[in-house]
Amino acid sequence: MRFTYASAIPVAIIVLAAAAPWLISSYELNLMARFLALAILAIGLVLVWGEGGILSLGQGVFFGLGGYALAMHLKLVMLDPGDIPDFMQWSGLESLPWWWVPFENPVCAILGVVLVPGLFAAGFSWLVFRRRVGGVYFALITQALALAFSTLLISQQAYTGGFNGLTDYSTLLGFDLASDDMIVALYWITLALVVVAFLGVRFLMMSRFGKLLRATRDGENRVRFLGYNPAPYKVIAFTVGAVLAGISGALFTLHAGVISPALVGVVPSIEMVIWVAVGGRNSLWGAVIGALLINFARDEISSAFPNIWLYGLGLMFVLVVSFLPDGIAGLFAANRSGRMAHLLKTLRPGRAA
Amino acid sequence: MNIMVPVEHETPDPRLLLAVDGVTVDFDGFKALNNFSMTLDRGSLRVLIGPNGAGKSTLCDTIIGRVRATSGRVIFKGEEITRLPEDEIVRRGICRKFQTPGILPSLTVRDNLAIAAQRDRRWWRSFGLDIRGTERERVDEVLEQVGLTDRQHETASLLAHGEKQWLEIGMVVATQADLLLLDEPTAGMGPAETSRTAELIRSLLGQHTVLVIDHDMSFVEQLDGRVTVLHQGQFLKEGSVSEIRNDPEVAAVYLGRAKDDAAPHA
Ligand SMILES: Nc1ncnc2c1ncn2[C@@H]1O[C@H](COP(=O)(O)OP(=O)(O)O)[C@@H](O)[C@H]1O
Ligand SMILES: [Mg+2]
Repeated sequence: MRFTYASAIPVAIIVLAAAAPWLISSYELNLMARFLALAILAIGLVLVWGEGGILSLGQGVFFGLGGYALAMHLKLVMLDPGDIPDFMQWSGLESLPWWWVPFENPVCAILGVVLVPGLFAAGFSWLVFRRRVGGVYFALITQALALAFSTLLISQQAYTGGFNGLTDYSTLLGFDLASDDMIVALYWITLALVVVAFLGVRFLMMSRFGKLLRATRDGENRVRFLGYNPAPYKVIAFTVGAVLAGISGALFTLHAGVISPALVGVVPSIEMVIWVAVGGRNSLWGAVIGALLINFARDEISSAFPNIWLYGLGLMFVLVVSFLPDGIAGLFAANRSGRMAHLLKTLRPGRAA
Repeated sequence: MNIMVPVEHETPDPRLLLAVDGVTVDFDGFKALNNFSMTLDRGSLRVLIGPNGAGKSTLCDTIIGRVRATSGRVIFKGEEITRLPEDEIVRRGICRKFQTPGILPSLTVRDNLAIAAQRDRRWWRSFGLDIRGTERERVDEVLEQVGLTDRQHETASLLAHGEKQWLEIGMVVATQADLLLLDEPTAGMGPAETSRTAELIRSLLGQHTVLVIDHDMSFVEQLDGRVTVLHQGQFLKEGSVSEIRNDPEVAAVYLGRAKDDAAPHA
């Protein structure tokens, strides 16, 4: 392969990111790790929405399933044998519900992070896509799912911790979660998973699967009348997106120390779509940058002016959709007719069309 | 449950590829096809003409399973396919070109053909990076045939209208289907492009059976196949091009529509 400066950029970025523990404070590192975890979800959305044209307003559900699966384990490992979590005691439960039991085992919990969102997404999307429901209807169904999920979590306080969710964890696999070493280790694990997710989805996009997925997005009937059943391609894309959302949720829960209904409902699900819209839904780089940028901005702005944040986010979304349909990534489109050139042209005085 | 009645007991004619047998398509009381029957022999070329709204596209839709017959049967290679899923019908060897070009705009010209050429269409076989060698050769062949070799790496949406039509014909050909249904393949083409298309279609006849729908009489003459005339969902006439051109009944049907025909569309 020929060396080019452009191909060195990704390597430089990853090296820099891996060196972050020596460059920034432990607090900043934890923040960075949180947002990198969210970037994994954004990478999944590129496959689902950008490549597959499937607008999901329910990614929060899969994020939550992954997050809760791990959080259940973290709650259970703190307990003395035979004990049940504090919120269950307060709600008057006597013993651990049966479906909590497997999560005591760390391997089961980690499998649960992947399998619970994955199997749920596969079953759900198979039912829907097999019946050829798509587009806006699909988006609405997923939004209803997000609403139902957060409502269920809040209403079943005895089993889910209700509005407060699950919080106050201390150890994972025997390691103290609050120690500096653990924060660095979890950061590296997250960074590695971002790279794996990025490369994995990129491979899918380049394979024949990716081409068929794009073909289905552009002309489902043409694909069907070439002898393919389009449903499996959409189901797989949606399922991969859900698994990545689940992993993202589990990592986020570790870094943030909490998972709660407020993080997984309708509004967070819409925000997830906005990260990707702003970054560029057809670009993996764009999605990662969108997730990081918006979440850093949110961290800065919402602590200073808590009321302004949602308006700001909404405004940014409208601006991007109107002027940059390919998001930030569209500014750097490789072809000469890139958006940057186009934007400059339209902004040049006296040339307004 | 209905007991399946055996189709026909006389030995099926091995030359027979497709039989449309008494098909009626009823759209809420409007019969787009009315007890229509037709047969196609292997390797033959058939041209289907008829005024706008005669039911030509509906016939293609019915054969390919996009529209379901209210009554009647479609028999392909001796087996009834009337109620099979669309993708299954295609895998049995029928492929259709739509009236408005149905290409895959965001893929390259070559990838459009590669997707069509891939024989194994099961989803779990789709995780590789490229198609098989024999299919690659097939794609090269078809690119040559439709004259798009030089543009194979361009995004299909950048093609001119006529080239998109050829690309879609190419996709249909690349599937190696036995029966090709070409719905108005020359729509929006000038005379030069139209004759090239006629040549292209004639070059397919060794390997495929072709049913072409078109309005343009000069194109029909260049194709020089047997002509079936459809009128208001019913069979009107069948014959050679010159027989059909001199037929008073056909003339009457078209004369009533002379104004429409001056600018063929739909
Ligand atoms: N899905 C549909 N629902 C109702 N009417 C239809 C439908 N599809 C076609 N038609 C009607 O059936 C008739 C035949 O249409 P078509 O087969 O497209 O004609 P053409 O011979 O021009 O291709 C037309 O009158 C059309 O309006
Ligand atoms: Mg038509």
